[in-house]
Amino acid sequence: MIRIPTKKKSKKSTRKTDTRVDGRKLNELRPVKIEVGVLANADGSAYLEQGKNKVLAAVYGPKEVHPKHLAQPDRSIIRCRYHMAPFSVDERKHPAPSRREVELSKVIREALEPAVFLEYYPQTSIDVFIEILQADGGTRCAGITTAALALADAGIPMRDLVAACAAGKVDGRLVLDLVDVEDKNGEADVPVAFLPNLEAITLLQMDGNLTVEEFEQVVNLATEGCKQLYALQKKALEEKYVTVSEEVEEE
Amino acid sequence: MKSPIVARVKQKRIAQLVSSGKRLDGRGLNDYREAQVEVGLIERAEGSARVRLGKTEVMVGIKVEVGTPFPDVPNAGVLTVNAELVPLASPTFEPGPPDENAVELARVVDRGIRESKAIDLEKLCAVPGEKVFIVFVDVYVLNHDGNLIDASAIAALAALLNTKMRKYEVKDGEIKMKTGYTQLPMQNYPIATTFAKIDNTFLADPWLEEEEIMDARLTMTFGKDGKICAIQKGCCGYFTQDQIMEVAKIAKEKSAELRKLVVKD
Amino acid sequence: MTKLPVFHEKKELVTPGDLLAEGEYTAGENTYKEDAKIYATRVGLVDYTAREVFVIALKAFYVPKFGDTVIGKVTEVTTGSWMVDINAPHPAMLRASDVLDRPFRSRKSDLPSLFDVGDLLIAKIVAYDRTRPPLLTVREPGLGKIVRGQLVEITPTKIPRAIGRQGSMVNAIKKETGCQITIGQNGMILINGKTPEDEQLAIMAIRKVEEEAHTSGLTDRVTEMLRKEKESDKNTDEEEE
Repeated sequence: MIRIPTKKKSKKSTRKTDTRVDGRKLNELRPVKIEVGVLANADGSAYLEQGKNKVLAAVYGPKEVHPKHLAQPDRSIIRCRYHMAPFSVDERKHPAPSRREVELSKVIREALEPAVFLEYYPQTSIDVFIEILQADGGTRCAGITTAALALADAGIPMRDLVAACAAGKVDGRLVLDLVDVEDKNGEADVPVAFLPNLEAITLLQMDGNLTVEEFEQVVNLATEGCKQLYALQKKALEEKYVTVSEEVEEE
Repeated sequence: MKSPIVARVKQKRIAQLVSSGKRLDGRGLNDYREAQVEVGLIERAEGSARVRLGKTEVMVGIKVEVGTPFPDVPNAGVLTVNAELVPLASPTFEPGPPDENAVELARVVDRGIRESKAIDLEKLCAVPGEKVFIVFVDVYVLNHDGNLIDASAIAALAALLNTKMRKYEVKDGEIKMKTGYTQLPMQNYPIATTFAKIDNTFLADPWLEEEEIMDARLTMTFGKDGKICAIQKGCCGYFTQDQIMEVAKIAKEKSAELRKLVVKD
Repeated sequence: MTKLPVFHEKKELVTPGDLLAEGEYTAGENTYKEDAKIYATRVGLVDYTAREVFVIALKAFYVPKFGDTVIGKVTEVTTGSWMVDINAPHPAMLRASDVLDRPFRSRKSDLPSLFDVGDLLIAKIVAYDRTRPPLLTVREPGLGKIVRGQLVEITPTKIPRAIGRQGSMVNAIKKETGCQITIGQNGMILINGKTPEDEQLAIMAIRKVEEEAHTSGLTDRVTEMLRKEKESDKNTDEEEE
């Protein structure tokens, strides 16, 4: 049960206490659509829509590392590129990697690494590419959720899937899955990536202002969101398989 | 971050000690290394500070210049943070543009200052929509012996508190400098605290060799009111929710202690 | 004997991280064990014997194994060897000494005349450990350069199905299409038929096997499909006359 702090009387707020800019409830995820195995050349791939977010992820590998000096003698390395298409945001984004994309590529890689059995494939690399085709807040989390599916689709052995979701504080209320306008105007945004079976957090960041107690509640809210996304990930992986079974029965 | 490889034997020793609550340099699990903060070393900069945290050494210089505001925030000054892992600081730092570690370092330090609203940016607006002051925070790592984030954040705060700007007045839309100086308007004092996780034990202020064997890292930045304003999990392992809250409680205490190095009550 | 707890029905679809069993089971293919719990590492169908829990993966890339027959492409010629892409995380190596009977003189120009970049080979794996590239041989009968035929690639986990129990599937396809079929464990299948149409039939059959690998009665369905196709081809031919 999420404790909703007493709402401050704010001049600008005319919304009812339990709905947000897009009409969602405080603890409601945006609508999600997932498809696995969408790109022919990649070893694994997935496409995800979450509200207005449109994310494509592809995995190549494990394969030889070039340049060779990057190879690790005892494990594979994950190379991750998070990138936003120039047309993904309102004001065209320059195609060159921004500092934000550099940081996000790093934290996303660190969110996926614990889930993959890197030690099985020494001297190789697993390349993960995340393209944000349309952005509306929470793209690093959507990117992680999609990339985990691409890794599973590539047949790369994993300890667990990874699901990611942000929660935060907007207009004094603790909310799940912030859209861009909520992130920009709200009091705090906490993206979280979660290993659902091992119950462990592999990405955790925050910007904003929260007391330690509020932070604890926000993390709980975010992990609940991750669990919901995990169920959708499983369904998407199963769907890829079930379609074939059904076709066979029709014959 | 590539670092000289810690000998396997030493790795084992560190891990063994850690599991019994001790560290190779004799510190307790929650103890920071000895810290020294000096300010005002670079006269040409508007503000500067140097922090030594154990053997880690970071210098921060502040430059304040006139510029244009962001279109969506026309009445406020601008904060920009950059970090450089200069090659002289470590055998593993290569010359070249900032790599992902330098970018992460800058952005985490930036987040702490920005989200805690440490600088009163609205006081840095000279001509709304046209001329504001830009505060350049440049983090320069001089020696890397672990925990660059906390050292950089302390140095940045100390440098900002040390920063003086020329007094000015606005005449006909132009900024005219006057004699005398004024302190950069500050209203919060963010402090970052970083913990390394080694086999389910947490260590505050990891030193270089502990960083090399840690499986995860958690940084939490607190404002003067004890509220968290920035968090960054780093490195490739994971935490449970309970572990995160355990760290949060200790981090809050440590941040208050560290703040005393910079802000005299 | 006491049954140890399992959490799924046999042949249920599982995804990475799913808890499969607890207790003294051995962690079989595509699973791992931690704190006496066994989890899946890949998407696939879980199955278990009295002692072992394993997952038949839907999709997995090829990991070299000693004794496997593989089909690969030469990607590099060096002074003493060829590097061969066998669709695995690491390229494999064929040493010049394996091929040349005479004492090997280190003249690089010898090698491309035997196998050049772009050539396809059927080879066998004679050595593999994770720290070095897998080592190949072409010394046995049936191995060597591929000069004709068509290559089909399927996911390596489905190769056993393409072969069938005691070769039942591959033999059925051979019989119905009259093609020679060489199966590489690394997911590469070489088809040599009397006509391109025959080869196309064989390829169609293999694609069907790949898509429906997890279903039962597949051998019969594949045989039936091939017969139907041959019938309709014959009819088209008759119409054209």
